Amino acid sequence: MWRVGLVFGAVAWFVSLAGLVEALHARWVVDGVFSAGQALLVLLLAASGWVGARRSGATLAARLGAGTVAGATAGFCLGLLAWLGAHVNLRAMFINASPVLFELLLRGRPPESGWAANLLVGAALGLAGSLVGVAPAGLVRPLLAGLAGALGLGLFQDLVLLILQPEALTSVREWLFVAGGGPTVQGVLAAATASAAGAGLRPAVKTLAPGASLPPRAAQVVWSLVGVALLATLPVAGGPFVAQVLVIVGLYTLMGLGLNLEVGLAGLLDLGFVAFFAIGAYTVGLLTSTGEHGIAHWSFWAAVPVAVLVSLVAGVVLGIPVLGIRGDYLAIATLGFGEIVRLLVLSDALRPWLGGSQGVLAIPKPVVAGFELSGPQHLYYLTVVASAVVAYVAWRLQDSRLGRAWMAIREDEDVAEALGINLVSVKLLAYGLGAAFAGVGGAIFAVMVGSVFPHSFQLLISIQVLALIIVGGMGSIPGVLVGSAVLIGLPELLREFGEFRFLVYGAALVAMMLLRPEGLLPAAAQRRELHAEVEAEPQSAQLAAGTATEGR
Amino acid sequence: MALLELEDLHVYYGNIHALKGVSLHVEAGEIVALLGANGAGKSTTLNTVSGLLRPRRGSVRLEGDDLIRVPPHRIVERGVVQVPEGRRIFGQLTVLENLEMGAFTRTDPQGVKEDLERVFTLFPRLKERAGQVAGTLSGGEQQMLAIGRALMARPRVLLMDEPSMGLAPLLVEQIFDAIQEINRQGTTILLVEQNAYMALQVAHRGYVLQTGQVVLSGPAEQLRENPEVKRAYLGG
Repeated sequence: MWRVGLVFGAVAWFVSLAGLVEALHARWVVDGVFSAGQALLVLLLAASGWVGARRSGATLAARLGAGTVAGATAGFCLGLLAWLGAHVNLRAMFINASPVLFELLLRGRPPESGWAANLLVGAALGLAGSLVGVAPAGLVRPLLAGLAGALGLGLFQDLVLLILQPEALTSVREWLFVAGGGPTVQGVLAAATASAAGAGLRPAVKTLAPGASLPPRAAQVVWSLVGVALLATLPVAGGPFVAQVLVIVGLYTLMGLGLNLEVGLAGLLDLGFVAFFAIGAYTVGLLTSTGEHGIAHWSFWAAVPVAVLVSLVAGVVLGIPVLGIRGDYLAIATLGFGEIVRLLVLSDALRPWLGGSQGVLAIPKPVVAGFELSGPQHLYYLTVVASAVVAYVAWRLQDSRLGRAWMAIREDEDVAEALGINLVSVKLLAYGLGAAFAGVGGAIFAVMVGSVFPHSFQLLISIQVLALIIVGGMGSIPGVLVGSAVLIGLPELLREFGEFRFLVYGAALVAMMLLRPEGLLPAAAQRRELHAEVEAEPQSAQLAAGTATEGR
Repeated sequence: MALLELEDLHVYYGNIHALKGVSLHVEAGEIVALLGANGAGKSTTLNTVSGLLRPRRGSVRLEGDDLIRVPPHRIVERGVVQVPEGRRIFGQLTVLENLEMGAFTRTDPQGVKEDLERVFTLFPRLKERAGQVAGTLSGGEQQMLAIGRALMARPRVLLMDEPSMGLAPLLVEQIFDAIQEINRQGTTILLVEQNAYMALQVAHRGYVLQTGQVVLSGPAEQLRENPEVKRAYLGG
């Protein structure tokens, strides 16, 4: 079990020396007492205990012992790092091995005894982690929810403070937060209790709540009304910054829905998807701009259909040369396409028309009945409406004849062809419609920023869109929404971690693949594939019941 | 006029001359077996009829109409449907969804419903497992599903590629019973098999392919007695 501890110790070394711990140390979870950096290390030690306990023998004592050993080993690693830092100049190589970090690790003790303290703390936390592993779920869930609530208040304190901005809420704000600092003790306790109580009472509420007694149809209506109300008020309550984040989430949702048609439904891996987003943005830019590159001075509303059409055609044009390519080769070919489009708009040859690296400037905001949609709080509504329309179209497509054909070519192209599916038209429709969705996103992006540059359309965007589909669950429309909220929205809100964004992002993706490879909200087919042995049982039982009633 | 007629087919994979002038014909209502060793060109012949491969020379005619320049999905619409080698069902879809995919080219919902009942009568196992994910079926059930899926297109000519491959002897018997039943209900069948013994039991006529050429042909009884066939394929 010391091996589990070593792995977690290595992770702790890595996050410490990469500077993540120190960066998080600047943020209080409990003001003046406990920082987010410390929270990260504590969580790592406890997690080592949890994993250690899960991996070991059947008896309770063996599991708790294993957890303690794992935690102690990880704690020892941290202590060793602190001791090393005091005796060797690590900073020559690791610029983040700063005095602040070692101060944090040793908590004021001399390095000779500090490592022992780390070992003991690690053992205690490992034991705690293994206890979580063996305790009944009814106890663990509120506990973890409480911890998450406490941490959440600290991590998202900027957001919470933003919402508590109004004068009327000053007393609440002062009760929850130290002025100019982190959350107060009572604030953290309140957040933890509220989350724990919420999680603990959920089963009870589910059976007792009035929603449960409503017929499912009515409950659905109630919940969708609540959802719509929430969507409508979010940007007003959260202010321009939250609205801006939500608009970006919306744009990624639009792209995700498009790529989901190609990758999730039709199984056509596309790594150049940002090209269609760029084409939509540039089309709107060129058609509406009042600057030197504007060619038509159209209104936004006239330009959007053209942008969608141009993107669709671009999708088909990309599709034609790659029709016969499959799998990895397709990924590379489309990757090339994305770069070609970016380099074309950047090129000097097209500079007179597209503006080269200067881009297209002075794109006016859309106007609805004399009212200009200027800030992110206004554009948010445009994004929500566009996403809703596109999601509806995607949903209808999924269950259509075309959707079936896409699923068939995803599963087996040759057989699909042998069953009478016209591969050429079905594939081109996947590329075209997917591209059209991304074009809508590009159009909104152009008016949001007010200008379009080649540098806004990096390969990274294609990769992020693909990642959000995978995290959300391939082929699942709600999954796209969840994926973009988690992968795009959360990092935007935690923006001050800046350079560590992609470190966290990568770790989250790896963890995702290990723990839940089918995605957060998977489509039925994916869930079946990855959990076939679990699903087969109830299904056949259900079917047996079905035939039994039929027989009567 | 024969229902399906292949004349002097030459098919290449790159520089490899896979079919060297294959000619054969299938009359309406027949079961015709296509026999031969590995690499003789049996599957190549079927894939050429399905339009998945294009011959360099020769013709494939359905009731006199040339199929060579017709794309694969149109060939299915005209009633020539293949049960691919190795079953190749859609593993993530349910049994029912697989069958529905077979009816992809159909535009008559009522007829599709009838054919679904027909498939379920032919293979009651599929009805029992209609809601189950196809990937969890046994090998024999998957073969039944592959045949049922092809029947959902209401074929006039059914092309079957090695339906007995990898199945236990008892299941092979069942599959061949089903093949005969399908034929009795009026579907013409061109059957590719390595299991020559079983194939010649159910077929009316047979062709023997060797390195891309037809070396023997005739009624099934006659082929069964042929010393060459006996030695090479029947193990006697």
